[in-house]
Amino acid sequence: MPYPFGLRRFHFGKGSRQWGGPRKTAVLRRFESYSLHSSPPATRRSYPSIGGSLWLKTFTLSHFFYKLKLGFTSQGGFVSQLPLLPVRAPNLTMQCAQIQINYYYVGLWTGHDFHSQFPSFATCSKELKECSGHVFVDSVPEFCLPETELIDLSTVDVILISNYHCMMALPYITEHTGFTGTVYATEPTVQIGRLLMEELVNFIERVPKAQSASLWKNKDIQRLLPSPLKDAVEVSTWRRCYTMQEVNSALSKIQLVGYSQKIELFGAVQVTPLSSGYALGSSNWIIQSHYEKVSYVSGSSLLTTHPQPMDQASLKNSDVLVLTGLTQIPTANPDGMVGEFCSNLALTVRNGGNVLVPCYPSGVIYDLLECLYQYIDSAGLSNIPFYFISPVANSSLEFSQIFAEWLCHNKQTKVYLPEPPFPHAELIQTNKLKHYPSLHGDFSSDFRQPCVVFTGHPSLRFGDVVHFMELWGKSSLNTVIFTEPDFSYLEALAPYQPLAMKCIYCPIDTRLNFIQVSKLLKEVQPLHVVCPEQYTQPPPAQSHRMDLMIDCQPPAMSYRRAEVLALPFKRRYEKIEIMPELADSLVPMEIKPGISLATVSAVLHTKDNKHVLQPPPRPTQPTGGKKRKRASDDIPDCKVLKPLLSGSIPVEQFVQALEKHGFSDIKVEDTAKGHIVLLQEAETLIQIEEDSTHIICDNDEMLRVRLRDLVLKFLQKF
Amino acid sequence: MDPECSQLLPALCSVLADPRQPVADDTCLEKLLDWFKTITEAGSSLLLLQENPCLLGLLCHVLKPQDLSPRVLSFSLRLAGMLAAQEDCFQYLQQGELLPRLFGEAGPLGGAAWTAPSVRSGWIQGLRSLARHPSALCFLADCGAVDTIFSLQGDSSLFVASAAGQLLVHILGLSLQGPAEGHPGLQTGDWPVCAQKIVSHIEESLRSAATPQITQALNVLTTTFGHCHDPWTQVLWGRLSPLVACLLEKDPVPAAHSLVDLLLSVARSPVLSSSSSGLWETLAQTLSHLSPTQAGPLALGILKLQECPQVLRAQAFAVLLQPLTCVLEATAQAPGLLDSLDGTGGASVTVDTLLPSKAACVGLLCRTLAHLELLQPLPQRPSPWPQAPLLGATVTILRLCSGSATPTSDAGGHLCAFLVGCVRVQRAALDFLGTLSQGTGPRELVTQVFAVLLEYLTSPDSSPTVLKKAFQATFRWLQSSPETPGCSDLDPHAHLFLRELLPVLPKRLCSPCWEVRDSGLEFLTQMIGRWGGQAGFRRALLASEVPELTEQLLRDPESYVRASAVAAMGQLSSQGLRVTPASPEHPGGQQKSLLAELLHILSTDSEGFPRRAVMHVFTQWLRDGHADVAGDTERFVARVLQVASQDLDWEVRAQGLELALVFLEQTLGRPSSHCPYAVTPPVAAPPSSLAQALRPLCRVQLFEFAFRALFDCDRPVAQKSCDLLLFLRAQTASYGGPQGSGSVPEVASVEAALQRWQAGDQGQPLGYLEPEVVVAVLRSMDLEGLRGALAESSDRVEKSPQSLLQDVLATVGALGEDEADCY
Repeated sequence: MPYPFGLRRFHFGKGSRQWGGPRKTAVLRRFESYSLHSSPPATRRSYPSIGGSLWLKTFTLSHFFYKLKLGFTSQGGFVSQLPLLPVRAPNLTMQCAQIQINYYYVGLWTGHDFHSQFPSFATCSKELKECSGHVFVDSVPEFCLPETELIDLSTVDVILISNYHCMMALPYITEHTGFTGTVYATEPTVQIGRLLMEELVNFIERVPKAQSASLWKNKDIQRLLPSPLKDAVEVSTWRRCYTMQEVNSALSKIQLVGYSQKIELFGAVQVTPLSSGYALGSSNWIIQSHYEKVSYVSGSSLLTTHPQPMDQASLKNSDVLVLTGLTQIPTANPDGMVGEFCSNLALTVRNGGNVLVPCYPSGVIYDLLECLYQYIDSAGLSNIPFYFISPVANSSLEFSQIFAEWLCHNKQTKVYLPEPPFPHAELIQTNKLKHYPSLHGDFSSDFRQPCVVFTGHPSLRFGDVVHFMELWGKSSLNTVIFTEPDFSYLEALAPYQPLAMKCIYCPIDTRLNFIQVSKLLKEVQPLHVVCPEQYTQPPPAQSHRMDLMIDCQPPAMSYRRAEVLALPFKRRYEKIEIMPELADSLVPMEIKPGISLATVSAVLHTKDNKHVLQPPPRPTQPTGGKKRKRASDDIPDCKVLKPLLSGSIPVEQFVQALEKHGFSDIKVEDTAKGHIVLLQEAETLIQIEEDSTHIICDNDEMLRVRLRDLVLKFLQKF
Repeated sequence: MDPECSQLLPALCSVLADPRQPVADDTCLEKLLDWFKTITEAGSSLLLLQENPCLLGLLCHVLKPQDLSPRVLSFSLRLAGMLAAQEDCFQYLQQGELLPRLFGEAGPLGGAAWTAPSVRSGWIQGLRSLARHPSALCFLADCGAVDTIFSLQGDSSLFVASAAGQLLVHILGLSLQGPAEGHPGLQTGDWPVCAQKIVSHIEESLRSAATPQITQALNVLTTTFGHCHDPWTQVLWGRLSPLVACLLEKDPVPAAHSLVDLLLSVARSPVLSSSSSGLWETLAQTLSHLSPTQAGPLALGILKLQECPQVLRAQAFAVLLQPLTCVLEATAQAPGLLDSLDGTGGASVTVDTLLPSKAACVGLLCRTLAHLELLQPLPQRPSPWPQAPLLGATVTILRLCSGSATPTSDAGGHLCAFLVGCVRVQRAALDFLGTLSQGTGPRELVTQVFAVLLEYLTSPDSSPTVLKKAFQATFRWLQSSPETPGCSDLDPHAHLFLRELLPVLPKRLCSPCWEVRDSGLEFLTQMIGRWGGQAGFRRALLASEVPELTEQLLRDPESYVRASAVAAMGQLSSQGLRVTPASPEHPGGQQKSLLAELLHILSTDSEGFPRRAVMHVFTQWLRDGHADVAGDTERFVARVLQVASQDLDWEVRAQGLELALVFLEQTLGRPSSHCPYAVTPPVAAPPSSLAQALRPLCRVQLFEFAFRALFDCDRPVAQKSCDLLLFLRAQTASYGGPQGSGSVPEVASVEAALQRWQAGDQGQPLGYLEPEVVVAVLRSMDLEGLRGALAESSDRVEKSPQSLLQDVLATVGALGEDEADCY
């Protein structure tokens, strides 16, 4: 009979099973521990940016089980090169933390920083250049790699990437560490990540430099250098930029995933990417087993910008929420900063000056162009040309228009009109925005001033931005506006000093701030929050700002570098499937309304982290011969099992029953856990507790059995 | 009642009594009641009933069990009450037992219609109108209405509940009008039964444990003491005040809001406050018992009282200041400030109120700041006024909101976390800070004030509304800063501030948010108006990019901004601050004159605000003798009037008349200002003859403009034009002599044209008019009559009762036609 309203019932009776029928599940208790490790960061930042890729390791423990390691990588940092004054080493970031969930290891990496300044030093004077009292390294740019102290990347099986900003170190991992696993990421993440890497490689290869500085890295020399150079860590591990070939190889290892897609990892856990609202294709990850759920939130935004909104609902009911990648500038409201950006831009061009915006070729630039689209007419700037110069400018502008399904609702609907989702298409059509792969070629003939130029690299160490700094730096009419929050603008400008052009710092960071985190946590209500220590206290420079820290109940568990943190939950249950034929043979008995029990004898079969109860093999009939069975051939003895008992013993009635059976002089004592019934004549003691009953008598088996039977009368058997 | 209405009334009554013909619009029922009210107030209700038996028929009809709409039932109850307000009519209705049937148990009270709130409301309002005479009191007692009113105090409809409370107050006052009025010594035991019953009910409610009942009783008492200052109120308060005092012993104090209202009502009553010995003690006790949030309104009320013991005032002021004291303590301000802001005793309670939640903290601070802002300008404000600590606290709050304060305690940290970025508190604090500019403060505090204002004006995070308040507060502080002795320039301190402010202003004028650009321009206009003539300010302004940017904003896409830019440019130009450098792109290029640009806006702008602003600027320029205008005033006025007369916005046309008036006054040699000490711009010597005097007016075609406006479809324009022409006619009379001897045919043709204009055909222009013709036309026109007609409201015809009755009938009639169509 069909059930209306989609209601389904399971029948346990015979004959209800067709095509295997519904499976029953059973629950096993497991006791396993979770802990979190963190490995040391290369540099300290006041606000760690813990980016988000995840890698996963599997290694065989037995032919039944896999152990997994999950790791999160983070943002890649860079460093740079000026045409004549090449500079500091790049560092590709680092600060690593791992969560170990018995079989699982989750690692979190973050941060990157720049160092400059150091005095000339005789032995490496050729490597050092001085500029306005600061000393810089003259070298091909080098990048600092993720820390690997706590994890052997060759044993990692899976890497999960949260957004395109945090995959910049991927070629180093996939190509040079023995990594043989799979990388998961969304399509926009891969495509735009490729653009960012391509731009980086292009910028660096365009201005080749034969020699890299290495003498200053000598520890004896380095410790004599001024801060912050002397504090730079692991300089020996810094590497030159990867090649396009390595980029392609790294990207070929990526498997594309979509939001809410469930990816089974060796049967042990399921991982799911969710929209994080920060960038095109940016993801948060849910790692869950049948009974545990860990959410990894990194680089998320609740603001209405171009990407699909953050999926908060799916983060609910998490046992642990690992929270990283909050805004780098919690005191700067992105709206205010965009206003500031527009005002300063308008002021400069109205006075006949040029505006330089050092930026990445994707991300915030889309929002800036959209704001400017609405603003330029009102500000009377319709005649001012906007130039976007990047080797990947064209691809970036076009890619953004085709990722409709990854965009916010407003932009998605435009696709059906049909209209391009982003208004920069119109800016291009009307010739207000022009894009060029480089300074050379068409740009030099089209170029007219005053104008606004968007170009990279935001560190000001390489890329076309360097030329504009040289070109416009000497005039106070011009303005450079910094919008990327990842770089200290003062450090970026250091090698250009003295500088006449105006500098405006408008960091636009749309990632979660602390107020938004509070709202998010109230909404999502995880049982426990885990985050870097820096998030749990106000920033050192503003110790009174109690609003600039995570405030949640129970208080967030924080970890610091190289710390191992025990997470506050244990694996208690494992899901087990019962084969249909075995389920058929069960006869459940209702012991309370709604609760039925059945005993089961079966073989537990475990493979690929899946547990299945199968019917025990039938005892094979003796083949007639008088062969003696070997002990090893024995089928497990199916002895007649004693029935299981349930219920409780009402003491008063029990005493009455005892009296009825001729016991006298009965005394009852209450204890903390139950009662003791004393049969003084028989010198016997019956100890009744919630889950046990003991009959203690002195070698009188008959009496014990009598008493036992009396006790059993009060209990249910099945 | 006029005969036409009498004729329509039976039809109306039958429509109302017919459940099949529902009255769609119940506002017409309200209008009908208003009309009946004017009739019954002017004459005898009895006569009305006798002359219009259909009314009685309607009242009887509604009592029949039928499916009548609640609104008609409610209407009938109110009408009956209104009629029965006169005792003879009451008796007449009583004869037919109509009133008990309408208002007693047998009426709607016991029926299904009672579930409709409008019926309950009609019942109360009917009784409220009815209860005017002693007979009504007996009627109320007989029909047991008072008990019903008691129960209606807790009605689910707030309107009904509130009306029930007011009816009780009314009945109490009515019953005590006779016996207790002249005998203040009379005890409540001797009061009429009805009054005693009400008092007992109030007592019972005050003793009740249920807060709603206590609230009802307190509200009744508040209304009583607020409206009635008869001696019996003294007796009543004497009896009930111990019960009210008992409420204070409960924790928490129930119905604190209503209690505060009651105590303030008692304190304001001249009868009660002068005699009640325990009142001030009760107030003092209440202040200390209530939470800071609840005590704030009471403290403010006490401080507003004209006469009140000094000790109580001091206590009330301390309560009001407590939250600010907490703020100062939390940020460990100098102890000197704490001494004067006395937070004795209550400070810890206030901290407890401030800190549990953001909402409580923000609410309390906003209320406190608003209360202090109200108090500051009052003559009875506490003296000495703690100007310095208040300034300190307000500046601190603003810094906490911006995150720049450095609290030293945990409480301060929490406060900071609550207040950072809180726009509500920022707005309240900036308002109060602006008000505080009326007083003086120590130099270092004034420096802090300017610093915090600059911080807000500079911060990219300031919301547009906060920024607007910051601009307003800044202007007030600059205005109040002492002028340098000897030269009327800004004091050096303010000057320094201005030097930092002016670079910020261009950024604000370029903001993507139009509200910000608008408030920036408004601020600029105010500044130029105040200091435009002072050398220091002029230098600073001219050195900045502000004048150029302002001019660019004349082409802003937002009309409000364009309007503000017009006003600002008008000021800049008046003060000679408009920069006209040859721009680098157009070396030697002639910049378009501002006058031409404004005229362009006036004739082409699609929005009304910029055009109105242009008219204001032009009027001001004409009044001030602006250089661009003075060169060829007649041409200027002629062009402006020509454009303004075509404008679709009546305010622009009205402003055109204002400009015409200024020109007229200048031409005829009369000072435009009514102030005898006002400096007037030099005007030409009074012309010798009337014709000579009027000729310039004729040349600019002022009369054509004014006559067109006289028949304008918008009444304010016509009225203004009428006033102008009347003024002009009076002026022409002052020249005396036999003028206005224009040729008759010409006058006749003008009059004929004007008649066509009046009829709506304004196509044909009048052309140039000779002064003599104008004078003759002016004298022949009935301008006074026209002014009288214009003074009457435009709905005077439609508002007549007759048209109301016709409307109701027509609506129902239309329904009937629909029915016929359907079948």
